[in-house]
Amino acid sequence: MNSHVRWRGWVLVGPALLVTLGLFAAPMVLVIITSLYRREGASINRALSLDNYVRILTDATIHQALLNSLEVVALTVAFSTLIAYPFAYIIAFRVASKWQPLLLLLTVLPFWTSYVVRSYSWLLVLAKNGVINQTLVEWGVLAEPLAMANTRFATVLAFTHFFVMVSTLTIYASLRQIPTNLGPAARDLGASPLQVFLRVTLPLSIPGVVVGAFLTFVLAIGDYITPQIVGGGNELLLPQLLILQVSRRGDFPLAAAMALVLLVIVALVYAASSKNLTLERRK
Amino acid sequence: MYKTRFTASLAALSASALLLAACAGSAEEGSSSTGSEGAADGAPQELNALVWCDHTDPALLEPFEEANNVTVNVRDYEGTGVALGILEQSQPGDWDVFVIDSVDVPRVAEAGLLAPLNKDDFDFDQFFEQVRLPEIHEIEGTLYAVPEKFGYNTVAFNGANVDAEAMRDLSFLWDPALAGKIAIYDYYIPVMEFVGLELGIEPQNITLADLPAIEARLGELKEQSVLLGDVVSTQTALATGEVDVIVGGGEFSTSVLNAENPELDWILPEQGGIRWQQAVGVVASSEKQDLATKFVQHIVSPEGQAALATSSCFWGMPANKNATLTDDQKALLRWDEQAAFIANSYPYYIPDAELDEAMLDVWTRVVAG
Repeated sequence: MNSHVRWRGWVLVGPALLVTLGLFAAPMVLVIITSLYRREGASINRALSLDNYVRILTDATIHQALLNSLEVVALTVAFSTLIAYPFAYIIAFRVASKWQPLLLLLTVLPFWTSYVVRSYSWLLVLAKNGVINQTLVEWGVLAEPLAMANTRFATVLAFTHFFVMVSTLTIYASLRQIPTNLGPAARDLGASPLQVFLRVTLPLSIPGVVVGAFLTFVLAIGDYITPQIVGGGNELLLPQLLILQVSRRGDFPLAAAMALVLLVIVALVYAASSKNLTLERRK
Repeated sequence: MYKTRFTASLAALSASALLLAACAGSAEEGSSSTGSEGAADGAPQELNALVWCDHTDPALLEPFEEANNVTVNVRDYEGTGVALGILEQSQPGDWDVFVIDSVDVPRVAEAGLLAPLNKDDFDFDQFFEQVRLPEIHEIEGTLYAVPEKFGYNTVAFNGANVDAEAMRDLSFLWDPALAGKIAIYDYYIPVMEFVGLELGIEPQNITLADLPAIEARLGELKEQSVLLGDVVSTQTALATGEVDVIVGGGEFSTSVLNAENPELDWILPEQGGIRWQQAVGVVASSEKQDLATKFVQHIVSPEGQAALATSSCFWGMPANKNATLTDDQKALLRWDEQAAFIANSYPYYIPDAELDEAMLDVWTRVVAG
């Protein structure tokens, strides 16, 4: 490699490298250092220690918050995938090609509305005086309105609505990569339609499912707004606990340590699913 | 070929960089020139204020900005801990004005963050006697912050669905009749102090030994509630009928909603309530001490106090009894009952670090269930 080519590489990569170092690596180092400080009274003790991490490992309330977060996210990923897969399948294999872009556009339509507005919309839909309860009470189906808003049910429902489109798009992309002749070939060899789906289509679309599930996991695990607005803050999730440390006590070190724990969890999930984190066609 | 293209690219890149540098340089010179002559040619100055959200209302800021040819940049925060964190991460001179809970003035002043103020710059005869509190706004006779607004963390409710007379007894909050109709304001200190009142413990007397009883009672209240949220969330829940009662709410919860629904009201129970109070001071490291002091004077002037008391973010009683409020506004603030309310309320008490941490632990345990 001659020096010109090496130079050229650095010039081309340089801007992106600088942005990454300045806007990601440097702040991350600051967060790591801050997590090693301690809040004492109204001030921050800058002597480095692992106290915040020891507390995270030993505090039952933090464990409960983490468990709540994982349960809510697991439910969201499960429901999103169960809804997204058949939808993506229908678009990919049962809808004429010329209509597919329109359906995909409709899929992402909710993304065009502000996230906060969508959260408040769900609150109004699920509230005691909301559309669902009022309709069911007026029809005589319910004697009293159901408590749907400000519950885990509401949080999972809103999350599923927000993120189902992510899984739909990734699964659709995966399904479209499957060679069209594999299904007929399997049928020629005597496979039933169910067997074709279970032994050909589903295995080959797993990367799309995993990518969608991973993105849903990442988006939901750190979300503060939806559990707060739609869930009514009734259930302590890790982002809630983190914000509580910052907004009420100014305990930035403990909050930084919690943020890094969240990051480690995301990294672990990434590592566990990295084999399937691709939308490229499998060889 | 490659070499030629690469050289051309590099040249273009260099030219662009030089052009950008030249533009930046000339812009810098331009701004420097404007800046240095700004005071002379009437260009607006800037004042940076760290405030609660009620100070972000244009009705409060614009008269001062127009009268003094200044732009007031405000950043709102919740909780003194956050404000201290912001100050700690700032450079000296970044902030000029600091709005703060009155109870925090001594520790913040002792930390050297507030500048001494001249008492003669303020007409304290215009202030409600009970909220002047020189014992917390002054240190050894030196004034560090001026009281500006106060109110109560108590009970806000929908009078159409809840008996206002029953609400005068704090214990009624635990009545099964209110199950599923309560929202809890999510600031743990005043709410836990309020629960303490129901147990007969005054805020300043709460110790670590009292926390198990408060935790148990708070847990029972949580069972009664459907949500824990900030001012906006609890207000929304009350306004939409999702709940009928806000524990820890007060005039700041209902006054802005009263025009739409006059049934939304607040009350101080017989057991009392928690009185919050804000003060405003000048940041010690400010390079615009005179202008900042002028802004503080505007805030506590009768006109400034009226705008602050009826701020679109939240209402509260003005510290200045000459605030130019209308009779309707005074009625909503229960102006005539203030003497009795003040007598039956306890100043918002900030625990020491150990108790504060223990209280937050109790709160998170209760929320986590």
